[in-house]
Amino acid sequence: MQDNTLQNHGTLLGADELVLNMGPQHPSTHGVLRVKLKLDGERVRGTECVIGYLHRGIEKIAENRTYQQFAPYVDRMDYVAAVSNGLGYCEAVEKLLNVEAPPRARVIRTILTELQRIASHLLWLGTHALDIGALTPLFYCMREREEILKIFEKYCGARLTTHAFRIGGLQYESYDGFEKDVERFCNDFERRIQEYVDLLTGNSIWIGRTRNVGVLNAADCIALGATGPILRAAGVKWDLRKAQPYAAYDQYKFEIPTGTNGDTYDRYMVRIEEMRQSRLICLQAIEKIPEGAIMGKVGKVIKPPAGEIYHSIEAPKGILGYYIVSDATTQPYRVRVRPPSFINLQALDKMVRGHLVADVVAIIGTLDIVLGEVDR
Amino acid sequence: MADEPKPPQSESSKPENSGGASTPLAAPKTPAAPATPPAAKPAPPPPKPPAPVQVPLDNELTRRYRERFGAAILDALEDRKQPYLVLDAGNLAEIARYTRDEEKFDLLEDFTAVDWPRREKRFDLIAILYSFPHNTRLRLKIPLAENERPASLAELWPTANWLEREIYDMFGIEFAGHPDLKRILLPDGWQGYPLRKDYDILLQDSAWVRENLGIDSGQ
Repeated sequence: MQDNTLQNHGTLLGADELVLNMGPQHPSTHGVLRVKLKLDGERVRGTECVIGYLHRGIEKIAENRTYQQFAPYVDRMDYVAAVSNGLGYCEAVEKLLNVEAPPRARVIRTILTELQRIASHLLWLGTHALDIGALTPLFYCMREREEILKIFEKYCGARLTTHAFRIGGLQYESYDGFEKDVERFCNDFERRIQEYVDLLTGNSIWIGRTRNVGVLNAADCIALGATGPILRAAGVKWDLRKAQPYAAYDQYKFEIPTGTNGDTYDRYMVRIEEMRQSRLICLQAIEKIPEGAIMGKVGKVIKPPAGEIYHSIEAPKGILGYYIVSDATTQPYRVRVRPPSFINLQALDKMVRGHLVADVVAIIGTLDIVLGEVDR
Repeated sequence: MADEPKPPQSESSKPENSGGASTPLAAPKTPAAPATPPAAKPAPPPPKPPAPVQVPLDNELTRRYRERFGAAILDALEDRKQPYLVLDAGNLAEIARYTRDEEKFDLLEDFTAVDWPRREKRFDLIAILYSFPHNTRLRLKIPLAENERPASLAELWPTANWLEREIYDMFGIEFAGHPDLKRILLPDGWQGYPLRKDYDILLQDSAWVRENLGIDSGQ
C-alpha cells in the first residue's frame, strides 16, 4: 500500500537520485509554486508541481454573488492582466443575456485589452530575463509598463485590479486626451522594443540559455492543452482573435507571429512580436473610435434566462474561458474559469525532463504563469 | 362544463350582452383601464421564451453520432447557438476517442462538472472541445449518479490529467483509470468537496474556529 503511494509520487528513489524542493518561497517560481524535482546529478528526471497555496475558491464565491458583484473578483486571478480577465467575463455574461456592447465600448475595450497584453508581456520579459541573469531589461520593461498603468489609472482610477469594464459595456467614458496618451505611448514604444531586442536577441548568453531549452512541439502543445504564445512558438498559426473574433478585433489588421522550434527562444521572439502587433492594433483603433453610447441595454438587475454559455478569449497567456450556467436567478448557478496558466503549467513536466536544474528556472519563466490564476 | 368556456368568450367580444351579477363591477372599467392591461400583459411573455430555450439539434454532426452510437447519445441540443451532446457515461471513452480521431476535435479546452443535487443523476460532467481543422466547438455533457466512476480521458488528452484531479478535488467524482488521482488545489487532508451545492462555507468556517480557537464563530 505504502509502496504504491510512493511510486505515484515519483519519490521511490534509486541510489543515484535526489529530490530537490524548489519553492514555494523562491523568487524564480513567480509566486508560490512548489516544484518537486527528481534529479540525477544536475539532470531533471521528473517533476511534480504542488499548487493551491493561493486557492481562494473563486468559483464557489461566484455562486454566492450576483453577476455584477462577481466581476471584480475575476481581476484577482491573473492580476497582471486584469483587463483581459474582465473582458472575458463581461462578454460571457453578455452572451448569456443575448446583448451586445455598443461599438464605441467595444473599441475602447479592445484598446485597453491590447495595452494590457503589452503590459503583461513586459512584466513577463523583465522577470524572465532577470531569472536567466539579465538585470537591465527589468528596469526598461517596468518603465514602459508604468506608462500603460498610468493610462489605466487615468481611465478608471486603478492600476492593477482595474475592473475596467461592466456587463453590457463600460461605466466610464474615455477621458480627455485618452487617444493622445495611447498614441504617445505607441510612438515611443516602437523604439523601446528595439532596445530589448538589442539587449537580448543577438546576445550569445541569452541564446545559449534559451535555444533548444524546453522544447514543446505542436502535437504535444495540443495534447497538453497549452495555448497562447506557447502554441504559436511551436508553429501553429492560431489566435482566437482571428479564429473567432470578439470585441472589435475583426476591424483591425494584424499578424499572428509564429516560431519554428517551440523552444524558449522562439517563445521569446513570439511575445516580442506580439507586443509589436498589439501596438499596431492600438494605433489603428485610436484613429477612429466610434461615437455613441458606451452601455448596452442591460437592466440594473441581471437575470439571464436559464441555460449555459462558454466564451473564451485570447488572453496574454493563452485561452481564457468562462463556462457559466444560469438558473434564471440573479446569481450564477455555476461559473467555471478555464485558466490558461493552470493548464499551461501542466506542460512543465514534459518540458524540463532531461534538462539541467538551472533550465527549470528558464522554463518556468517562459511558461509565463501567474499563480493567482493557477490556484484561483 | 361546455357552458363555462362560452361566457368568457362572449364577455371579451361583447361585454354589454353578457349582463349578470358579475358584469356591473367589470363593465364600468372595461372601456378605460382593464381592457388594455390584459392585452399588454400577455404580450411580453411570448418574446421571452424564444431567446433562452435549448433547442433540439439535428445536423450532420449529430446524425453521424446518432448513427454510430445510437442510444448512447441521450440528447443533442443547442443553447445560444452552442451545440452540445448529452451522453451515457458508460460509452464515454469510446465516444471521446471517436470525437478526437474521426471528428477532429483535437483540443480538450476544458473539462469540468456541475452539481444538480435534486436530480436523480446528480452531476453533469462537461467536456468543452475545440477543433483546429474546423474552427468549431462542441460540448459533451455526461450525467453521472453520485458514486458512478466515469472513465478517465487522461490517456486521450493528457491535459485531462490535472483537470480530472480538479474535478475530483471539488466534486468528489472519481475517474477510473486516472494515473494519479488525488487532490490538486486543496490540501490532502481536506474534508468534503467544496463545489458541491450542499457544501456550506459557513459550516466549514465555524468548525475550524471551534476546533482551533475554542470559541463559537460569530458568523
